[in-house]
Amino acid sequence: MTEHLHLLHILHELQQKHRYISEESICEVAAQLSLPVSQVRAVVAFYAFFYSTPCGHYHILFSNCTSCGYRAGGTDLIRMLSQKLSVNIGQTRKDGQLSIHETSCIGMCDHGASLLINGVPLIHLDSEKIEQITDLIEADKPLNEWPLDWFHIKDHIYKRGLLLEGDLPAGDGLRAMLARGREETLTEITQSKLRGRGGAGFSTGLKWHLCQQATGEAHYVVCNADEGEPGTFKDRMLLQQHADALLEGMTICAYVIGAYQGFIYLRGEYRYLLPHLQATLLHRRKLGLLGTAILGQTGFDFDIDIVVGAGAYICGEESALIESLEGKPGIPRSRPPFPVAHGYLGQPTVVNNVETFIAATHIVCNGSEWFTAAGTTESTGSKLLSISGDCAAPGIYEYSFGVTIQQVLEECGADNVQAVQVGGPAGTLLDQTAFHRQIAFEDVGTGGSFMIFNRERDILAIIHQFAAFFAHESCGFCTPCRVGTTLLKQGLNKIIIGQGARNDMAELQRVSELVRRYSHCGLGHTAANPILDGLQHFPQAFEQQLTQYDFTARFELDAALQEARQLTQHDDKGAHLKQEGD
Amino acid sequence: MMTAPEPNLIRIDDREIPFVHGETIMDAALAADVYIPHLCHFPGITPQGNCKLCTVEVDGKPLTACTSPAAAGQQIRNNIPELNEARKVLTQMLFIEGNHICPSCEKTGNCALQAMAYHLGMLHQHFPQQFPEREVDASHPTIMLDRIRCILCSLCVRASQEVDGKNVFAIAGRGIHASLIVNTASGKLVDSDLEPSDLAARICPVGAILIKEHGYDAPIGKRIFDQHKISEIGLEKIYIAGAKSDDS
Repeated sequence: MTEHLHLLHILHELQQKHRYISEESICEVAAQLSLPVSQVRAVVAFYAFFYSTPCGHYHILFSNCTSCGYRAGGTDLIRMLSQKLSVNIGQTRKDGQLSIHETSCIGMCDHGASLLINGVPLIHLDSEKIEQITDLIEADKPLNEWPLDWFHIKDHIYKRGLLLEGDLPAGDGLRAMLARGREETLTEITQSKLRGRGGAGFSTGLKWHLCQQATGEAHYVVCNADEGEPGTFKDRMLLQQHADALLEGMTICAYVIGAYQGFIYLRGEYRYLLPHLQATLLHRRKLGLLGTAILGQTGFDFDIDIVVGAGAYICGEESALIESLEGKPGIPRSRPPFPVAHGYLGQPTVVNNVETFIAATHIVCNGSEWFTAAGTTESTGSKLLSISGDCAAPGIYEYSFGVTIQQVLEECGADNVQAVQVGGPAGTLLDQTAFHRQIAFEDVGTGGSFMIFNRERDILAIIHQFAAFFAHESCGFCTPCRVGTTLLKQGLNKIIIGQGARNDMAELQRVSELVRRYSHCGLGHTAANPILDGLQHFPQAFEQQLTQYDFTARFELDAALQEARQLTQHDDKGAHLKQEGD
Repeated sequence: MMTAPEPNLIRIDDREIPFVHGETIMDAALAADVYIPHLCHFPGITPQGNCKLCTVEVDGKPLTACTSPAAAGQQIRNNIPELNEARKVLTQMLFIEGNHICPSCEKTGNCALQAMAYHLGMLHQHFPQQFPEREVDASHPTIMLDRIRCILCSLCVRASQEVDGKNVFAIAGRGIHASLIVNTASGKLVDSDLEPSDLAARICPVGAILIKEHGYDAPIGKRIFDQHKISEIGLEKIYIAGAKSDDS
């Protein structure tokens, strides 16, 4: 298996072993894999879960998502823990015992404030648990002696539809496909009008057809399990509970396009799912559903490797994902050519979302009419929503496309709702005048994230959190996104701290539009959405923070002189600029 | 019925321009003496499209001219106020991202970033300076690397790989923390096989890669962009020569 030789996996092992990746290790790995030192160094620098200085014995990553982040319960838990353990956020304590950092959404949004400790999710955090964690760390208790239920990730499924209602026995999809034959199967997928569930909504049938028609030395099937959009956790559940249907969908795709090798690209935050997925793969090989001569069919050979990411939202973009599969930084490629013709190792490749493959398996079993009976004309079938934020029952809800936002809000027990963020920070921020709109590709599209904010929430703080997320996750390839996302974060901050003037709102609008229009990939095209939506639907959230001036400086002049006062040891009235009202 | 073969023509602003199959919009434009502002493109080197200055509107859609294939019948807008304004803002972003000390930079007058700012009528940097901390590498006896002036165009990376047959540079890091790195165990330029005559050492559009011991060979007033406009086509040859050391 090439899995063990994958650069990301080797670096993960080193990170586990030494708690960082030294320059020496970088050179050794480069030699071992015959790669340029610069490539290994660039990969270490790119992925958030690789460190160039040692992390602590307990390495803690608090999610900073609005739903599973350290402020989700109202208290600033990261500050609390760092104070109790006397360590600065973003640093390793001098004795090497622990380090505390922030990370982007870890997909635990139905479990409240959560963190990763040495890579393992720990959920339902509150002040009391922070106290207990403090004691356990100071007592040097190994993680396997911590309370087991802290690590038990339950799935909350509140509404089942087409995909979640029935369970398909392993192999049924493949047998149905072989009965239909290759072309008939593709026709069925095409007629189902299935569209990509990751959010972009490209026709799955067309994608498979284009890849099948593309010439190459080999074809590949890739499952995008890099569920990084904040507020999305439906793939976490699908990987845990419906892995067979997923692997079956990938195998069906392989048969249709003529692939022998497939990959699951699993986000690093979900590494804890790896043993389960590997066991499922093994089981399917034993059943003859993977490997050579699948179901006794000579020439039907296909197997799947799992590659685990290392903390990079951008790798959810399909061409960045392919770069990462190839052991490189996740920088999106220029398109065209598209992955269907020029993907993994330059060969024709289908990249589909977890939910898309599972839907494909069901369609092959039940037929396209069964699928098109649900949903709207342009958005057939169902969509799994990951609902989180201010509601009584956060969890997974499967709805037929076309459901209104109002209906969703009622069913998950949300009231006093100020705003809904559909599709995550990259999606759409809606106020209550838009709650009659429908979840559908032709109306409000979503990859699954559905975050609810009630009237007690500070919308501007949420938008700032999203802006910080994009600045952190920008790959840095193109000018507008690399610089623009940082400028947007700073521009919002200026307003939040009360230094903003009306001109700063216009400036946010201007830079947002530039980032949206001129960026290289989907990340940049959507990074300014929360700001643009916020300016349009929640202008008062910005306005109430403004000073009365048309323009103010980014800094406060008197505060900027603090360092000079310290150096000269003068802090009397004469050392201060005249303040208003003096 | 016979149909006439599709003429291989695109329209850029008010001009019909021929192209050969396989050419990009940028290739076709340069061949026809039409200037599309760019910083990360260099003829003969695989385009990447990272600076985004060459963004044009192709049938209403923004695309980078350097990476987009020309296709018959494309209606392209290039030299229009909206695009030039965006290009100016992108240039401002490149200025504030690093630390561009024009008056004291050896590259002044020979610098494409500076010339672009003049070309686009950029009168100030507008955005707050970011003041990143990026390491200077003065280890190499004849070539100096000042990363604070780097605009991450990756021309040196590509020139080294594609033209020099070496692999001296790469870009590492994410987002605003991206920076140019050297492909040696020490990370230092001195341990690389870079030579002053390499295209990678001469292609830098800004003052990030400088040939040592050749400061101000051409006096201010007689430098490339004192005598040429950046919008002139085919400046690359002069550009390369301008940065060339005497012994190469």
